[in-house]
Amino acid sequence: MSMNLQQVLSQFQTTAVETCFHDRHIGPQILAGLDGKNWSLQDYVARGGYQALRKILGQDGSAPNPETGVAGMTQDQVIATVKESGLRGRGGAGFPTGLKWSFMPRQFPGQKYLVCNSDEGEPGTCKDREILQHNPHIVIEGMAIAAYAMGISVGYNYIHGEIFQTYERFEAALEEARAAGFLGDHIMGSNFSFQLHAAHGFGAYICGEETALLESLEGKKGQPRFKPPFPASFGLYGKPTTINNTETFAAVPWIIRNGGQAYLECGKPNNGGTKIFSVSGDVERPGNYEIPMGTPFSKLLELAGGVRKGRQLKAVIPGGSSAPVLPANVIMDCTMDYDSIAKAGSMLGSGAVIVMDDSRCMVKSLQRLSYFYMHESCGQCTPCREGTGWLWRMVDRIERGEGRESDLALLDNVAENIMGRTICALGDAAAMPVRGMIKHFRHEFEHHITHKTCMVPAYV
Amino acid sequence: MSSENTHHSAALSAEAHARFAREVAKYPDDQKQSAVMACLSIAQQEQGYVSAESERVIAELLGMAPMAVHEVTTFYNMYNQHPVGKFKINVCTNLPCQLRNGQGALMHLVKTLGIEVGETTADGVFTVQPGECMGACADAPVLLVNDRTMCSYMSNDKLDQLVAGLRSVKE
Repeated sequence: MSMNLQQVLSQFQTTAVETCFHDRHIGPQILAGLDGKNWSLQDYVARGGYQALRKILGQDGSAPNPETGVAGMTQDQVIATVKESGLRGRGGAGFPTGLKWSFMPRQFPGQKYLVCNSDEGEPGTCKDREILQHNPHIVIEGMAIAAYAMGISVGYNYIHGEIFQTYERFEAALEEARAAGFLGDHIMGSNFSFQLHAAHGFGAYICGEETALLESLEGKKGQPRFKPPFPASFGLYGKPTTINNTETFAAVPWIIRNGGQAYLECGKPNNGGTKIFSVSGDVERPGNYEIPMGTPFSKLLELAGGVRKGRQLKAVIPGGSSAPVLPANVIMDCTMDYDSIAKAGSMLGSGAVIVMDDSRCMVKSLQRLSYFYMHESCGQCTPCREGTGWLWRMVDRIERGEGRESDLALLDNVAENIMGRTICALGDAAAMPVRGMIKHFRHEFEHHITHKTCMVPAYV
Repeated sequence: MSSENTHHSAALSAEAHARFAREVAKYPDDQKQSAVMACLSIAQQEQGYVSAESERVIAELLGMAPMAVHEVTTFYNMYNQHPVGKFKINVCTNLPCQLRNGQGALMHLVKTLGIEVGETTADGVFTVQPGECMGACADAPVLLVNDRTMCSYMSNDKLDQLVAGLRSVKE
């Protein structure tokens, strides 16, 4: 039996049945009705796709707008609708999307740009990949609506280099959208023109930081820029630029079709809509779960099949590896939304929920995370370049039973001296897990230092 | 890399140049440099790594200093600065994958192939490297073959099948 390379590799590709096409979403908007085969434009239109774009451009057959006398929505109306929805940035910062859009200088006479951040590399996060792979047109439509609202004519979607097949899928979807007249000049006969292209990274976590992404998109090393100026005034090629996450754009068509208030009511006040949570680690069914904001953590854990092998829950990193860890008793009292997780002392981040059971050693877990931040520091700022290595070397020696009694205070001191002292948030992202782990699991670190062994040697 | 090596690397194909042109067309005329990431990955796909000669050709095409191109090659983890095996395999070992045997998958692979992490097999068929988050955490253990194809749920049995399958590939 001889096979070619494609045939060999195809045996190991995910079908996404376990992670995406299951019936354990609650009121899904972005992942609704997907089966892995219905990603194309024809299928998207059959699901009601591009109706929102038609609506704002006055091409959906509805009556003329009483304010303007013409059909469709004005730029101000689109932005007001997104503000009303309570949609907040799904990439990690949770900044109100409508407010961000209103910062764009719409009357700026030169070129402006729209950028989608699909550089999904925050450990634990695997939602944007599934959106782009299985529902690419929802992102294209969301971007077109955003471009219309802000008077932008050119956009780029910067996609994580490791998901190259998804990049190729998105390029195929772009071709379809151009051929059907949903992208390009004079979209549906209107005065609105929007050109959209795909770009890809090639292995640099830092490019998920928006200004590093812009540098990379300009063909340079991905080193973050000092802010201000913010991208809204000095972005891609020095022009006004708005950057949103993939899932943020994907939420927009539903909001335009159903109204801002309806979206807000899907979630809870100040935390509108649904959110896709990527659940990984020690659960029976790792995967993506699209559920209303404000759903109890315990419900999400149940959807993911509970803790693996009937073990006890020990800890959860609730928003990607940069978010401080929360012990089981704390997270079990939380609801999954920006405010509840922040109140508990962590952050919702990208919605990546890393679950750890009672066989896990927190020192070993932190050792791996600290290595990651050291590896991915771009080297531009000394506190991060030197500090991340310092953090890793100390956690590593504690894990190996060579820790010193003074190390915990020193770890805290180094973390303190990184935070707030770097150009971008990677420094904080490296420091926060260290502080969270020591705050909640200090006894495990002390045990490693005193007894030179692990409290939970069963780590498998 | 010596200048002698540079002279001996094969020229990029006409197909690669056609793909370069397609990438350049995405950007404003005075911003050709934006295409450098894609051009370097196309060169690597064709030649297995980014040679100094490829960097020079891409620099000329995009109006960049060769050193500016080299800066990009060396900043991003996925560019191969030296030739690698016919199949480069990167196994994610970041925490979410580690919780589901990502590190174990890496160690199984190198043990099976009789090499250390980061090495290439003596027959030049496999290079095995650790990787950072690939954004597929729910599919752990995951790995990438030659930068472009992700393989999911890689149990030890599946790893053995993958190795056997890749060894038997007919061009």
